[in-house]
Amino acid sequence: MASGAFAEAGADLELVAIHKRFPGFTAIESLDLEIPAGSFFALLGPSGCGKTTTLRLVAGLEQPTSGRILIGGKDVTDVKPYKRPVNTVFQSYALFPHMTVIENVAFGLRRRGVPEAVAKAHEALELVELDHLAERKPQQLSGGQQQRVALARAVVNRPALLLLDEPLGALDLKLRRQMQLELKKIQHDVGLTFLHVTHDQEEAMTMADTVAVMNHGAIEQMGAPEELYELPRTAFVANFLGQSNLFAGEVVSTTGDVVVVDVAGVRIAVPKERAQRHAGAVAIGVRPEKLRLHASAPAAEAGVNALGPGRVADVSFSGVSTQYHIDIPGIGRVVVFAQNTASGPVANEGDEAWVSWRVEHGFGLVDEPSTLPRFPSDTDTASLAAQTKEELLAELGET
Amino acid sequence: MAFAAFGPAALAERATPATLRKSWVAVALLAPGLAYLALFFVTPLVSLLVTSLNQPVLYGDVGQYEPALRVENYWTAIEHYWPHFLRAFVYALIATIVALAISYPVAYFIGVTARRWPFVQALALTLVIAPFFISFLLRTLAWKQILADDTPLVQFLKSIALIPPDGHVVGTDFSVVFGLVYNFIPFMTLPIYASLERLDTRYLEAGSDLYARPATVFWKVTLPLSLPGVVSGTLLTFIPAAGDFINASDTFLGSSRTQMVGNVIEANFLVLMNYPIAAALSVLLMGVILVLVGVYIRRSGTEDLV
Amino acid sequence: MRLSLGRWLLPLYVVLAFVFLLTPIVHTIVFSFNDSVRTNIHWNGFTLDNWANVCNAQGVCEAFGASIAVALTATLIATVLGTLLAIALGRYRFRGRRAATLLLFLPMATPEVVLGAGLAAQFLAARIEKGFWTVVIAHALFCLSFVVVTVKARIASLDPALEEAGRDLYGSPVQVFLRVTLPLLAPGIVAAALLSFALSFDDFIITRFNNGALTTFPVWVYTAAARGIPAEANVIASAVFILAIVVVVAVQTTNAARRKRWRPAR
Repeated sequence: MASGAFAEAGADLELVAIHKRFPGFTAIESLDLEIPAGSFFALLGPSGCGKTTTLRLVAGLEQPTSGRILIGGKDVTDVKPYKRPVNTVFQSYALFPHMTVIENVAFGLRRRGVPEAVAKAHEALELVELDHLAERKPQQLSGGQQQRVALARAVVNRPALLLLDEPLGALDLKLRRQMQLELKKIQHDVGLTFLHVTHDQEEAMTMADTVAVMNHGAIEQMGAPEELYELPRTAFVANFLGQSNLFAGEVVSTTGDVVVVDVAGVRIAVPKERAQRHAGAVAIGVRPEKLRLHASAPAAEAGVNALGPGRVADVSFSGVSTQYHIDIPGIGRVVVFAQNTASGPVANEGDEAWVSWRVEHGFGLVDEPSTLPRFPSDTDTASLAAQTKEELLAELGET
Repeated sequence: MAFAAFGPAALAERATPATLRKSWVAVALLAPGLAYLALFFVTPLVSLLVTSLNQPVLYGDVGQYEPALRVENYWTAIEHYWPHFLRAFVYALIATIVALAISYPVAYFIGVTARRWPFVQALALTLVIAPFFISFLLRTLAWKQILADDTPLVQFLKSIALIPPDGHVVGTDFSVVFGLVYNFIPFMTLPIYASLERLDTRYLEAGSDLYARPATVFWKVTLPLSLPGVVSGTLLTFIPAAGDFINASDTFLGSSRTQMVGNVIEANFLVLMNYPIAAALSVLLMGVILVLVGVYIRRSGTEDLV
Repeated sequence: MRLSLGRWLLPLYVVLAFVFLLTPIVHTIVFSFNDSVRTNIHWNGFTLDNWANVCNAQGVCEAFGASIAVALTATLIATVLGTLLAIALGRYRFRGRRAATLLLFLPMATPEVVLGAGLAAQFLAARIEKGFWTVVIAHALFCLSFVVVTVKARIASLDPALEEAGRDLYGSPVQVFLRVTLPLLAPGIVAAALLSFALSFDDFIITRFNNGALTTFPVWVYTAAARGIPAEANVIASAVFILAIVVVVAVQTTNAARRKRWRPAR
């Protein structure tokens, strides 16, 4: 990409067999990713999963241990960051404190020798409605304003690819919602390719065309937000995106287009095309909002699964819906989200209750039921590195 | 302020190794400075070592020596001057302990207690470093005059029998240590202040929340967390104090009976022109200090001092 | 929880400590106004003569000038070399990093007598005449470590994301250094330079071993101390003190004012 020209439109990004090792641990095992031009792509995952590392690799701030990075079809793996048509909105904004807002925004343009840099910078500031603060220093701005300046500073360069590293993390809820809409609008109007890294699943699902869920340095599942939500493939995705009720059982039969699973003596049907495993011990699940609560045993119906009886252990009212926790013997705790169409709870604590759901809402996971974890594992990269260092030192005999 | 630099650098480290770049630029940046050090620090030390083994030129003048391997110089130096070594280290040790006792509360006050009043903090810090701005020699001389026999202060102390009627304050072990303490208080206070300034008071609150009395909180939480600053401060005090010769000289606060190893190095080098002995004494002093510092750092466990 | 006596104990202790610290300073300043004849030991009466005719005392103004010249030159050398070293240590990864850090720490761990004697021994062996340049070399040497420590601390406190942003925004390494790193380091470099100047100006021990015929202000004071220091020396010392305090206070107040002005906008 020539340094002087703006990109005509967003370019696509390709990561091929990326492997990144830091001294002491591997951040990314093997990553393959393709992001089409002009799309809003979200990389979602818990802290320490490797998403920020991926971003830095694309920006050129880190070098992959092996693998290639292609932007718009061109191999940029060995290209320095200041020559890549990529710009980053940093998590801490990284606005230069010794320059004014307008100087910050014009910085990239000036380095590339773009004519009328200041005029273009003013345009970008108008886009985020901050042109009236152009002569201030970043420290004089509020968090939300700083975030918008950081965005303007990146967007003004019309990069082929815009990287956003959890840019909305420090904003309060209302501002965050506003900025989510703003970002989406800018991306659509200007036509850039956005790669947005976040741990906030709601944010990812609202803003992105495609979401990739990352865990332990690899992508667990990728697709449109609805697809990921309604049909999670792994327990991690099922639990990270929203909430799920997961059950362990043995496959009993696979007739027709359903897989029948024995869950604590009850026959549960899951559509074959929504189940990853068709034999042996499986883990299946259903979203809490898909469950119906019954005060008495529901009549057997074709195309409907039912569990019960159980006892209502907890009732939580949260405005739009009420959350019911039902303890079913042999199965465990089942969570139901019921929309408050009528005022007042449908069931009270201690009541007997049954749950049912339509067969097409269930899904079958890839994981073995025995490996379903209770708490998310401690995989923060900083603590991983510290643990490895401790082990190494102990090995070498130093204290 | 710059003096925060004397605090533990380990606490301030934010760039992880992953963000550093390997580069030939590093070599270019290092070359001038390291060359300067090699030429004007390492070579002189080697020079000292060589000189310490010199022997006098046969039938030569005072001050004429030639290269040799006269290891006996060291033995001569120790034989004649071991009291000065001992005195220097004892003075320095006492001065360091007293300076610590005085400086820690001051540093605590500025760095913790006064956090709510930045103006008081700034004022207090300025007062602590104020002595730096008056010449070292003049402030030591000032004490000599203040503690002289015929001043009201000393007369008062004699009248309440703290000092015998024919005693002196100046020219004693006390006055030398007094001078050392005074001159090195800023060196002790600033690193401890830098350490305490970074102390998160929530640790202290957690200590109280977990049933510790204020004194216990201090011993078990504050003191250990400020240890890097204490280590820096004690090193920055002890090392120069051990080699000092101003306070102990009879022009200032000392007398012929309070001479430290620094005095005899100076005397041998500049007056007697007995370079081998002076060099031998320097090498010995440097060696002992390195050993002491090494043991001290090992025990207190702070590797990252610079 | 604390006794009301205990609450005042620490402040009282601190006040006493400050009285202790400031006594010789006050003494020196007061005696600069002393109507002394030969020596400045006993109080004779108040006069402004000493301040009006500072250079009356033989050689004191020349010594002062020499000290300034030496300090400026040594500071320049130490600051430039030290800043380069600090940047290398703080931002780059290379073999022998630990060894280099150790080498830089050693001068701070070496007693001044040893440094002074060592340099003097070397100049002697190389038959270099002692004078202005030997003093400058010696001063730059011990100031170097302090500059590195100061600037390195400043580098460590800089957000690495700022330089990364510079690179991300198309700045070549040189441009990032000149437009981002250096301006952000400036306060640290200035602090290091001031520290270096102060250390050099006040140095006696190392100077004494290497000065030859050059008389700096501390050397002048030392030589005069045996006979009795004239009040003019007090005048110079007091003037330097007041100037230094004014500079420090000015820096602190501008920093505080700047912080106040930068309250975030709504």
